[in-house]
Amino acid sequence: MTEARNIPDRPGRVAPPGPAVRHAAGQVLWPILALAAILAVAGIVSPGFYDIRIVEGRLFGNLIDILYRAVPTAMVALGMAVVIGTRGVDLSVGAIAAIVGAIIAWRIQAGDPHGLVLVWALAAAALCGVWNGALVAGLGIQPIVATLILMVSGRGIGMLINLIYGGTDPSFQSPFLQGMSTGSLVYIPLRLYLFAALFVVLWLVIRRTALGLFVEATGANAAASRLAGINARAVIFVAYVICGVMAGWAGVILTADTHTSDPVSIAQYIELDAILAMVIGGGSLAGGRIHLGATVIAALVIQALTTSILISGLPPEYNLIIKALVVLFVLVLQSDKGRRDLMASLRRTPR
Amino acid sequence: MTLTRLLAGAALSALLATAAQAQTYTIGFSQVGSEGDWRPAFSRNMQEQAAAYGVDLKFADAQGKQEEQLRAVRAFIAQDVDAIIIAPVVVTGWEDVLQEAKDAEIPVFLVDRDVDVADKSLYATRISADFNLEGRLAGAWLAQESLRDCRIVEMQSTTGSAPAIERKGGFEAVIGQFPGMEIVQTQSGEFTTEGGKRVMEAFIKATNNLEGICAAFAHNDNMQLGAIQAMKEAGLNPGEDVLMVSVDYVPAIVTAMEAGDANASVELRSAVAEFIYPVVTGYLENPTELDKWIVIPSDLHVAN
Repeated sequence: MTEARNIPDRPGRVAPPGPAVRHAAGQVLWPILALAAILAVAGIVSPGFYDIRIVEGRLFGNLIDILYRAVPTAMVALGMAVVIGTRGVDLSVGAIAAIVGAIIAWRIQAGDPHGLVLVWALAAAALCGVWNGALVAGLGIQPIVATLILMVSGRGIGMLINLIYGGTDPSFQSPFLQGMSTGSLVYIPLRLYLFAALFVVLWLVIRRTALGLFVEATGANAAASRLAGINARAVIFVAYVICGVMAGWAGVILTADTHTSDPVSIAQYIELDAILAMVIGGGSLAGGRIHLGATVIAALVIQALTTSILISGLPPEYNLIIKALVVLFVLVLQSDKGRRDLMASLRRTPR
Repeated sequence: MTLTRLLAGAALSALLATAAQAQTYTIGFSQVGSEGDWRPAFSRNMQEQAAAYGVDLKFADAQGKQEEQLRAVRAFIAQDVDAIIIAPVVVTGWEDVLQEAKDAEIPVFLVDRDVDVADKSLYATRISADFNLEGRLAGAWLAQESLRDCRIVEMQSTTGSAPAIERKGGFEAVIGQFPGMEIVQTQSGEFTTEGGKRVMEAFIKATNNLEGICAAFAHNDNMQLGAIQAMKEAGLNPGEDVLMVSVDYVPAIVTAMEAGDANASVELRSAVAEFIYPVVTGYLENPTELDKWIVIPSDLHVAN
């Protein structure tokens, strides 16, 4: 009877210790534990870390900051999770954010209504996704190479757009866009509502339509899924468009935050944080697995780490090293083998 | 008659052309990148003023990467330019390529940041503002304004970059003279508005709404502008509750100073072509030993 329980959830893999459902729960468990551990350490190192007050009509404190600052990375990471689910990757997400920022500043200077500016910005992001999707799904170029093209050229495109109107002062005022990024409703930052809405929409698309299944099937085995009647090219194309739009939203939030278009430094290295979040969230770079919830928690892990280090008053030289060490530790915890080895060595030490 | 005049005219213009050509120098300029507001203004100034000094400027943007910069400098050497101007991305790793330029007998002029080489003969001179002086000016103003009693939060530029080391060094050299002055928090804001905002948000939390903090010192204006946004969003009053001093004096900080959100900024001139080109062309006409550092003056601007 145990025989029946131990049927592997995927052929060719080692059977997980228990049913597939418990395996999926484990994927969320480890990032949550890591988050709790980081917050616990931060609380010890910096007294008052958990304080939350109300300032200027909104909640104010480190925990809120973590949620608030994690939003752009989490948005990008969700899109990245879908693309990596197809066994792809999108390196151009930071560049897409840069293009979006430049378009926002440009269209606002040109006097468009700000609702329309948002439409332009997201349309541009979707177009970037179409470009990536066409290169990968249409021409069959390897995803790293295909998205590298926009990654290296996108920030230049952003700077060229800034030049359209002189480019000396790419800052703007927009109560609508700035409100969306930095405003708040019932004490809670508006961008958290926006993120929640995007998450729900994406979750419905991925988990309540067949698209999620198609994406995972394509990523796990493109040839087999094609034989099963899935149009793998269309699925991959759609994944890149989704990723482009999510990066576009991140660009809107980040640009409206400082109300300046700064194509050179906006969302720098966000593609790496997004890939990292996706991996900490239990995704596999080999494709075939998407964990939307765990990816969001992993984005919080990364931001919690960044914020804790900033608050702790450590010299800035240490920031990146500590981040790398903690990430390594979380990944070891995350892997079944790494965890077993770690436990075994801990058990050995007392003797 | 007309023919002679035509011929004479042709001869004259040919003469003028040769004369002009004799004074035209081809100079390669490897710029760090185009981050922030200051550097693009610096690049524009160098490009716009080139013709006025009889310089044919070949401009290369290294996009913040040293390897890109090394490639550009080697390309300039291959093109056999008359001189090379480098605004180094980082201070280290320059021996080889500078030696190559020296072997090719192309003089190298450093602008903006310094390089760390044992053999100073590898470059003709460095023409730049004194970052250390900028830090000292900011520190001295703050000492005077705070009556030598001040707890300070600092937003550094990119960790390990020359402005971070020098501006911090100069600033600390001054405030170190006064027991009442100390830096209580310091972090890197990566030179950007976004970075400054993020770091200031953390400072606000770490110091209980900047309680007992009398000043914010930012290594550049962009970070300070981000800090101003963060403070306003936290209900604080930058420029009044906290003294705001930074470096660069870009147009946006001037606006902030007029609005009372910032108090002082040390000018890092972006219109520096008038200081750089005469030194370079003068050296090409008459190669004499130059001082290893020609300082471009810095001015402190204070809000009324």
